[in-house]
Amino acid sequence: MDHLLEVKDLEVKFALRMGDLTAINGVSFTLDRSERLGLVGESGAGKSVTGFSIINLISKPGYISGGSVIFEGRDLTRLTNEGMRHIRGNLISMIFQDPMMTLNPVLTIGTQMVETLQAHMDISRKEAEDISLEKLRKVHIPSPEKRLQQYPHEFSGGMRQRIVVAIALLTDPALVIADEPTTALDVTIQAEIMELLLELCESEGTGLILITHDLAVVSQVTQKIAVMYAGKIVEAGQTEDIIDNPRHPYTQGLIKAIPDGRNPGARLNQIPGTMPSLIDIPPGCSFHPRCMIRGDICRHESPALKNIHGYRSMAACHMLDTAEKQAGANVTK
Amino acid sequence: MKNKLIDIRNLVKHFDISGGLLEQMALRNGRIIRERTVVRAVNDVSLFIHPGETLSVVGESGCGKSTLARALLGLYPPDGGEIYYRDNRIDGLTQQQMLPYRAKMQMIFQDPYASLNPRMTVQQTLEEPIVFHNPSISGSEVKGRVAEIMKQVGVDPKWGDRYPHEFSEGQRQRISIARALMVDPEFVVADEPVSALDVSVQAQILNLLMDAQEQRGLTYMFITHDLSVVRHISSRVAVMYLGRVCELAPTANLFESPGHPYTRALLSAIPDLYDHRHKYIKLKGEVPTPIDLPPGCVFHGRCPHADGRCSREIPSLNHQGSEIYVACHAIEEGRLK
Repeated sequence: MDHLLEVKDLEVKFALRMGDLTAINGVSFTLDRSERLGLVGESGAGKSVTGFSIINLISKPGYISGGSVIFEGRDLTRLTNEGMRHIRGNLISMIFQDPMMTLNPVLTIGTQMVETLQAHMDISRKEAEDISLEKLRKVHIPSPEKRLQQYPHEFSGGMRQRIVVAIALLTDPALVIADEPTTALDVTIQAEIMELLLELCESEGTGLILITHDLAVVSQVTQKIAVMYAGKIVEAGQTEDIIDNPRHPYTQGLIKAIPDGRNPGARLNQIPGTMPSLIDIPPGCSFHPRCMIRGDICRHESPALKNIHGYRSMAACHMLDTAEKQAGANVTK
Repeated sequence: MKNKLIDIRNLVKHFDISGGLLEQMALRNGRIIRERTVVRAVNDVSLFIHPGETLSVVGESGCGKSTLARALLGLYPPDGGEIYYRDNRIDGLTQQQMLPYRAKMQMIFQDPYASLNPRMTVQQTLEEPIVFHNPSISGSEVKGRVAEIMKQVGVDPKWGDRYPHEFSEGQRQRISIARALMVDPEFVVADEPVSALDVSVQAQILNLLMDAQEQRGLTYMFITHDLSVVRHISSRVAVMYLGRVCELAPTANLFESPGHPYTRALLSAIPDLYDHRHKYIKLKGEVPTPIDLPPGCVFHGRCPHADGRCSREIPSLNHQGSEIYVACHAIEEGRLK
């Protein structure tokens, strides 16, 4: 079957004076047309770097040192800058966390939208404005004709992010990568933006990669989840499987660490320690120093992401049998 | 009636942001007039906190929750209202008179990187408050106390000579909690203490805060926008909107049967890990600016249940039975159940 996007053994390194640091270490996943994937993990897991490397936006000293990103049959890692420009912002667009940083403060919204369209299509300003108006209506911006003439600071935070969503969808891309699109927003606005994003992706058949640390947000929007830890995918599968039935000890810990209101006042499950920095990623399984069920093998052999017997998800863990018992014990408890 | 550790009555805090004299000048109908621009951050807020409880103040950005906390601790002089600490009035005290209360009331901030002095070692940071409040204390006693508190918050005491930048985000937040605990406070205000942290580290810090409360009988005022954290740790919750408290209720009541229309919308917007695609209540419009507050109920412009009275008359926080207070005309009149 032909995937919309196939990331294969992606490896990203940062060349520093002390040597090369591996930020992404063999990440593979696929995304079909109009499918939505959540890339989840804590800071430093490499989820944003993965997102950036799909559209080849890794800036020096970082570079893609291995693997491939096949999008609609073409390997994006081999494209020239010129070739990449036809893809970026056109077939694949990106939404970032802070709309104030994404939008140019000295240009009107209209100018920025027309500019984007004219960069990718041979159309007149009038035609571009018409498309812009239509997209602004789609993201529920009231009186878009007037709004087109305004500057980013004249909008509220939630509206700005809706405009960023409109710009991302201007060229009817096949794939949108949204990197923490609601992290800077209040919860009521977050709900609004997420609903909008979901609605638009569904109606336009757009694929979505949602990068976030918030499992609850992902669970509302995506069909698939990939959990990242220290530059690797440690667990991947259907959203409901990952949330209801996590297999990897890190995913299990992460989900149990979220206060869900079911046991107010109880001690939260905490994962000891913190995510390792790229400078000293532990040998073997990079999660082993924080893992409660590690065995000897975890210290020196890195586990591969593989199918779990009896489950639909994949996990990278040597101790899956133990993890299984652990999960079972928790269910009965 | 339980006794009150903190009692805030009709607190008001406004900020004049008009700038210099020239910036205040404006031309209206051919005449030059002087105009002041005032941010009405906290308006007529009344709250009390029982000893040993955790009161969470929640609301979205700009609702005045941090201003309320700072005014309570005397970091901002209030423009109106009264603040009582164990029945002693503490607003308007001089710095000197405030000193004994400062040792009893401590604060933890959101970003430990900004609240810890980068040029002081952890040891120096932790020694400073205790030496300041107990000038006669001996050096060895201070050292012992620092080591004890560091152990308690889970930072190895032998790291005392390190600087804040040498620690991880979670460790730094532990250190700022340690600093607050150094003077053995009764009351701690925590302003978004876990908002900047990853969820696995957030759990560590929340556990630490809950442990410290249990061991020391601390009273917390927890300022946060994260409602799942609120549900987990607090005994009562105050919901703020545009500088006013719109609902104050025990946590379980608030989450199970929110009263105020704003609380209902806010709670419905929390994404639930296990309930995919649940419906949230969409609010119309945007939060008005606190510079130009709407008349009547501050929420009426966005409220699905507002009527004429709501746009004229400010609702007061009414008792709705067992410690539940709601400021809403619709509820008071029985229009909204």
